[in-house]
Amino acid sequence: MRLLNRSAGRLSRHRRGPLAGLVVLLLGLLLTGGIYSMFSPGARADETATTAEDIAAGRELFLVGCAFCHGQNGEGVLTKRGTQYGPALTDVGAASVDFQVGTGRMPMAQPGQQAVRKAVVYTDEEIRQLSAFVDSLGTGPGIPDASVYELPSDFTDEERQEAITRGGQIFLTNCTACHNFDGSGGAMPRGGFAPTLRGVEAKHIYEALLTGPQSMPSFSDGNLTPEEKRDVIAYLKETEADPGYSGFSLGGLGPVAEGVFAWFLGIGGLVAVAIWIAGHTTRSTKKKPAVSSGSTSTTGADA
Amino acid sequence: MSDTQHPDSHGSLEPVEEPIPNPGLHTHTWRPTDVDDHARRRAERQVSMLFGLSALCTVAFVVSYFTFKIGDNWDTFAGLGASTVFLGVFLGLALLFIGFGIIQWARKLMGDQEIVEMRHLAASSAEDRTATVEALELGIDESGFKKYKMVRRSLLMAVGLLGAPAVVMLRDLGPLPQQVENASKGTGLNHTLWGVGGTVRVLRDVVGTPIRASDLQIGDLVNAVPDGIFQLHGTALQEAKAKGAVIVVKMSPDEIVSQQGGDEDWSVNGIVVYSKICSHVGCPISLYERTTHHVLCPCHQSTFDLADSAKVVFGPAARHLPQLPLGVDEEGFLVATKDFQEPVGPSYWERDR
Repeated sequence: MRLLNRSAGRLSRHRRGPLAGLVVLLLGLLLTGGIYSMFSPGARADETATTAEDIAAGRELFLVGCAFCHGQNGEGVLTKRGTQYGPALTDVGAASVDFQVGTGRMPMAQPGQQAVRKAVVYTDEEIRQLSAFVDSLGTGPGIPDASVYELPSDFTDEERQEAITRGGQIFLTNCTACHNFDGSGGAMPRGGFAPTLRGVEAKHIYEALLTGPQSMPSFSDGNLTPEEKRDVIAYLKETEADPGYSGFSLGGLGPVAEGVFAWFLGIGGLVAVAIWIAGHTTRSTKKKPAVSSGSTSTTGADA
Repeated sequence: MSDTQHPDSHGSLEPVEEPIPNPGLHTHTWRPTDVDDHARRRAERQVSMLFGLSALCTVAFVVSYFTFKIGDNWDTFAGLGASTVFLGVFLGLALLFIGFGIIQWARKLMGDQEIVEMRHLAASSAEDRTATVEALELGIDESGFKKYKMVRRSLLMAVGLLGAPAVVMLRDLGPLPQQVENASKGTGLNHTLWGVGGTVRVLRDVVGTPIRASDLQIGDLVNAVPDGIFQLHGTALQEAKAKGAVIVVKMSPDEIVSQQGGDEDWSVNGIVVYSKICSHVGCPISLYERTTHHVLCPCHQSTFDLADSAKVVFGPAARHLPQLPLGVDEEGFLVATKDFQEPVGPSYWERDR
């Protein structure tokens, strides 16, 4: 203790020195910058180092494949009527690019109500370069690391179960309205639809939650914490592995698919069988032998 | 018939004897099973075989019920649970074979001659009717129902009053809505937990954590409930949640066209909070599009514009979603500064509009 006091006292002797103000200023700046980089989403998630070459290569790709709608510097393009042709990408971040291009939604084949999932056009390397370029345009969340969206491997079974249960409750409260109870997707206004979450990579679900692609509201870290988002994904992956307990799930789409099945295959099948029965009559040209005709009544035929 | 005879010949209502000759029934033709003994016996065997198959399937159903355990073999048979598949298939076939057997029986073996049964009058004969009326009137006279007016009226009164116990008991099944109105507890149709005790924090549903206004980003949607709801249980919890559930959305402040607070600003930095309960029939809604700020009710497609006082832009809803007056407490968390200024949810009789 005395040692600590003595060294603090020795330090204190220099507090009015000519360089003291500069040192304190530098220390303060370092501390602020360190804390900022620790907590800001863009900086934290940037695990894979992006170099100036990546950004340059990404810019080349962007100018060829994206600039037509999004502008040469990602500033967005307006139509003559003032509506968006391609939205500005200055503050969407790398996570958004990784989601949109990584699921094949971008580049769009044609303008429409919403971009649909299709075959991925770019390689993983090119997607990384594109993300790096768009990330360099402004702020926005970075591509998350696997440790963010996967349950830690050192979780006990009980902790896993707890996380999955919590994720299920969050899913049922926040996601099922659009993506359906099973995560199979559903219809939205004006011809749009919420896509299925079945078979979607955990990373892409996390990025979609973070950025809110297209009409989807975002679930930023201030909305659902990273752990809560991770639990939702764990729940989805858990239920994805569930077998169909009651037979065919018919896409998990609920009453629509089940109704189509019942009305067309069920009732339709019954009608078809009834028509078939009525259409196949077996009549003989033979007459009944005179002896046995007495046994059956002939009242109807004579009336 | 010439034109001069027209009025006479058509004016009379004499029934015309068979204006179109009765074609009668088709001549009956026999089926192979009627004329051929071998065919008949074969059909007999077919029908009994179908019934026998049904019995076999029923036995197989019972056997598979005990053979295949439920609970650990969900994908053992063609990707489906063996128990589910075999129970369904055998019970279905058992019913189907009985149906097939009956149809085969009816088509091949049952007599198929058409028989004419003439209609008869639905009314009873005249003698029966007069006898019944006489007996009834005799009964009325003998009982003195007409004669003793006081007896008749007191009986009618006594029987009529028996409806009262039913009304009283049904009415007492629960309190009347106005009896449970209590602003300090947030009960009744006009009050929610949002108005209980000064400012009420907006908590994330399920997780139960408060929401820091500065943490939300544009485009965020939070499904939220009032503080204090997690201390409730049972019916009280269900009632509080059915009225108190809200959706919190953040948009760019200049995108907000109008709000319900009049001169007061009920938003916080672009964050607005609206009731989650549809004003049509009360479905919880959170199908929100961040691009249009529309929220869609999945039940009947009512659509509300959250950027414009949650007014109805489509569908059967008659009113906007009520807005919650929003503020921030000293710690920076979102709070409701007062309760909803109108009842949430669907219309009811005593509502103003």
